[in-house]
This record gives sequence, structure tokens and C-alpha cells, in this order.
Amino acid sequence: MTAVQTVESESSTFEEEPLGSSRAERLSALAQQHGALVTLVVAVIAASLSFDTFLTVDNLSNMAVSSAFLAVVALGMTFVIITGGIDLSVGSLFALGGVLAAWGSQYGTLVALLLPLAVCGLIGLVNGLLIARARLAPFIVTLASLLAARGILLAVTNEGATTYLVDEKSFFARLGQDKILGIGVPVWITVALFVLGAVVLRRTRFGQYVYAVGGNEDAAALMGVPVARTKTSVYALSGLCAGLAGALNAAWLVSGVTILGSGMELEAISAVVIGGTLLSGGFGFISGSLVGVLLLKVIQNVINQIGSLDSAYQQVVSGAFLAVVVIAQTWLGRRRRML
Amino acid sequence: MTDLALRREPLDRARLLTLLQEYGVYAGVAVLILANIALTPHFLSTENFRTQAVQVAPVLIVALGMALAIGSEGVDLSVGSVMALSTSLVSLYLGYGVWIALIVAVIGGAVIGVANGSLIAFIGVQPIVATLALMVAGRGIALVLLPQLKDIRDPAMASLGSGALFGIPYLVLIAAGLALAVGFTVRRTTFGRQLLAIGDSRPAAQLAGLPVRRVLILVYVVSGVLAAVAGVLASARLQASDPTSLGTLMELSAITAVVVGGTPLSGGRVRIGGTVAGAVLIQLLTATLIKHDLPPSWTQIAQAVVIVLAVYAARERGKR
Repeated sequence: MTAVQTVESESSTFEEEPLGSSRAERLSALAQQHGALVTLVVAVIAASLSFDTFLTVDNLSNMAVSSAFLAVVALGMTFVIITGGIDLSVGSLFALGGVLAAWGSQYGTLVALLLPLAVCGLIGLVNGLLIARARLAPFIVTLASLLAARGILLAVTNEGATTYLVDEKSFFARLGQDKILGIGVPVWITVALFVLGAVVLRRTRFGQYVYAVGGNEDAAALMGVPVARTKTSVYALSGLCAGLAGALNAAWLVSGVTILGSGMELEAISAVVIGGTLLSGGFGFISGSLVGVLLLKVIQNVINQIGSLDSAYQQVVSGAFLAVVVIAQTWLGRRRRML
Repeated sequence: MTDLALRREPLDRARLLTLLQEYGVYAGVAVLILANIALTPHFLSTENFRTQAVQVAPVLIVALGMALAIGSEGVDLSVGSVMALSTSLVSLYLGYGVWIALIVAVIGGAVIGVANGSLIAFIGVQPIVATLALMVAGRGIALVLLPQLKDIRDPAMASLGSGALFGIPYLVLIAAGLALAVGFTVRRTTFGRQLLAIGDSRPAAQLAGLPVRRVLILVYVVSGVLAAVAGVLASARLQASDPTSLGTLMELSAITAVVVGGTPLSGGRVRIGGTVAGAVLIQLLTATLIKHDLPPSWTQIAQAVVIVLAVYAARERGKR
């Protein structure tokens, strides 16, 4: 893993030491991988000592469900970022997925699930084709599809005036609201998806392609990795994840709220980066993103519990936290020369 | 004759493509203006021109700073939050006098710029992440300072927002002046040259002994200051400070204007004239669609298509 991690696309990396040679290096790799987890544990302990209400069943299950939607989005984002790309369209796709699911729920659960997956997956596929085949910059392409998806959302909802409701007794609504063993169905689905995602990334050929493309695209192409197909797939996957998260969220809220999802791309990127995945690509892991999401949600929760603090502090803390993590990562992973 | 024409054809096609890349944005603006003259009633009124120009001014000012950031092979996502911060600061310090308020707002923008630039230049964080962190934190700070919308009741701010000199609104004059200043800086000053060299190849600029870190920090300070100015002007025009919504998605509009104007995302080139035209193009496109009763949904989809087409057209030049 250290080998992949040190491959940097922009600067020369010839003065590499053999991997894992020194203890310091191994320590820094450990900190990079598990720093977020340690921080999460510390944050949870601190929060439960400071607030009696933190470790209650209600609070925890609320946090779990509200983390679930962001986590599904972050799952797709992790694949994209490991290939060295970025997907800014997920917030819009999340909202669009929710609206389409709520509209489709009148025709049954199958439509409510498949319609957002199809539309958001298609938009993700178009993103991927523009990035991989036409070789356009990921952030500008997904910025454009952020706008386009929002436009489609407005077109579907009569310029945002119509809010589609989900029948509370339908199976689709129960998918969002029922609990199994005291834990919400969306949480179970999220856990299952993360296990699946981790297996795909670690144990399949596609997963290895994802790392190879992010490590060094040219080298991957020379080794016979289908670079364009891999890149196209990760954006389609990210679109699917965002659409599914939106659909589950609509089932939970029993309506397709049109104003959701703005800024969600930033939260998802923050979670992935906090989880230890490098934005330069080639290095990262699924479990880290889950830890990143939980950490963000714990911070939010704590700030909400401090009644006197305005929720604006949440953004200040999240932003500062992201900056600190990125600084730490850059220092830890500094084997490339700084320019 | 025919022989000559045949032989020149392939060359013409390549030249046509280059011409389209170089001047496509101006052609687009011209086409939109002509189409509007033909189709939109009352398009050719001074009043309409004034409205369009006033609306484009803040976007253009932000886009100027964005053009510099993109030219240095970076990007500044924090501009919208800087606008929010500056509107909060203006309304907080207005009690001490307009000039103090304006200076504090601009300093706020510069501080965010220094933070962005330091993360990028000293720590080596990618611009997109560094400015993302300040985008999130910046709006948070703005909201901590001023939790909700507040009216601005100040005669000086009011005249800044709606006043005019020789019939040209102050906002437009300021935007035009800043565009000229930034254009001059890029073309004629050492800073401009160094910025382009860094955008072209940072290692090469480093080896050539250019003050890479100082220039990069200055780029983001300029971007922050320009965004703060845009925030002040927008608050003056709206007669209110609204840190919740002012400047949201501004980074998107600014990047669009820069990219549509033909500045490649790969750095090393800045086209200020193109950026001005890009901002005008987007404004005219939106205004035209709205005038003809197309809903906002279609406006956004149209903008998305324009962005993708512009980047696609610029693709070959960017590769090199």
C-alpha cells in the first residue's frame, strides 16, 4: 500500500526509499490509515463524557440513520477519488434521486428504486464518458452535471413548486422507516453496501484497476488496464450511489424534498479525505470513508448539543478540521518534494 | 483557382478550429446580441443594457480573480464564502463609517486568501481541497458574525449600489476598471509573467528561481480581495447583508465565465478579455432564456451544455 501511496502523478518520485524501510515511515503510514479512527474514538468518548444525551439510543439511532445517506454517497466518491478524479455532481444527484423516487413511488416500490438508479446512473455514465473518452477535466464536467441535474430536478418538480409525497403505508416508505433489531433499514443497507464495496475494491480485478488508474494512469494503460472503462465505471457507480442514497432518504422522509443535497458533495469529499484517501489518487480505503462520515456527524451532533452554539460553528469546525486533516496528511505522506 | 481552394481546405479547417477556440466566445456574445435584437422586444434600450451590466458586474469581478487562480494551475472554490464574509463584515462595521467597513471587508477577503495561498504554497495541498476547506469554514465564519439577514441603511452604500456617473452605474465602472487593471497585471507586470510561468510548469518555474510561493500566495490574496469587493458591491446593490445566500454557487459561475472565455484549466494562460466576454455570454444567455419564459430548469441545463461545449472546444489547446 505504501508503494501505491507514494506514486505521485505530478512530481518526480525517483528518490523513493524501499517501502516500509524505516519505522518512522511505517508509523506515518499507520497514522494516515488509522488517524481518523483514533480521532473518532476520542471524539465519541469525549462527547459521551460531556453530554448525558449523547449515548442514548434515540440519539445514536438518529445519528446512524442520518449518517447512512451521506455514507452511501461517500462510498461512490471513494472509488472516484482513488482513481484521482472528483465528482461534484453527487449533491444534485442525491436530490434528483429523492424526487424521482418519491414521484415513482406511486407506481410501486420497484419503480421508486429503479427510476432514480437509472437516471442518476445514466448521468454518472455521461460524466464518465466525457471524462474518460473525451478527456475533459473531472471537476468541470461534474460541475456541469451538478447544474444539469438540478435543472432536471426543477423541470420534474414544476420549477420546485411540487413536492411529491410517498404513501406512508407503502413498502417503499417502510424501507426507509422500519427497524430491524432496533436499527433502521437504511443503516443495514449502508452496512451491506460498504461490505460489498470493500470486497469489490480489495478482492476483484476491477478494484485493482481502480488503484492502478489512480496510481499512474499511463503505467496502468501500458500494463493493459482498461483505463477508460475503469474511469467511466467509477463515475457511473458514484451516480448510482448518489441516486440510491437520495431514494432511501426520500423513503425516510416520506417525501422528495427538492432543496436537499446542496453542499453534500463537499461533505462527501471531506469524509473521504478525512478517512485517509488521498485526493491525488492511487491510495485509499472504504472503511476510512465510513469513519470520516461518522466523525463529521459526531462533530455536528456535539455542536448541536451545545445549545448555546449556533449551527454556523458546525461549518467553521468542519472546515478547520478538513484543513487540519489535509495538512497532517500532506506532512505524513510527504515523500514527494515540496515545490 | 479550384486547385488552390482544394489544397487550402484542410489547413482552413485547422485554422477554423483555432479561430473558434480563440474567438468563439466573442462570436457567441455577438450571436446572442443579434438574436436578441431580432427576437426580444425592448432589448436595445439603455435601461436593459444597464440592467444586464449591473447584474454581470459582481460575477465578472469574482471571475477576474478566478482567472488568475486557474492561470496558476489552481482554482479558488472559496470565493462565494468570501462574498458572504465580506457582506457580514460590512454590516458589522458600518457603524464606524463606510470606509472602515469597506477596508475591514477587503482585509477579511485578503486573510482568507493568505490562508488558501499558504495551504497551497507552503504545505503543498491541492488548490481544490485547500479552497474547499475555506469555502466550508468561510461561510461558517460569516454566519457566526451575522446569523441572519440585516438591512443596510447607509446613504453612501446606497449610492454605491445604485448611483451612476455619466449614466454608467458605479458597479459597472468598478468592474470595468478592475478588468483593465487585472488585464494589465497579467500582460505587463513581472507578477503576471511569473504567474503564467508557474501555471505552465511549477517545477520549471522553481528551477528558474522564481519566487513560486510568494506569487501563489499573492494570486489567492488577489482572488480573495476581488471576491470581497464583489461581496461589498452586491450588498450595496441589494441594500442588505445576507450571509446565508449571498455568493452561493458563485464559484461555479466564475469558473464557467473563465472557462467559456477560453482560459485553459491546465494553467499557463489567462485571457481576461475572454473572461469578460464569458461572463457577459452567461448573463445574456440566462437573461434571454428567462425573457422568453423558459423556466430556470432549462436555463441551468443550457448553462451545463455551454460549459461542456466550451471545455470540449478548449481541449486540444489545453493538451499541448
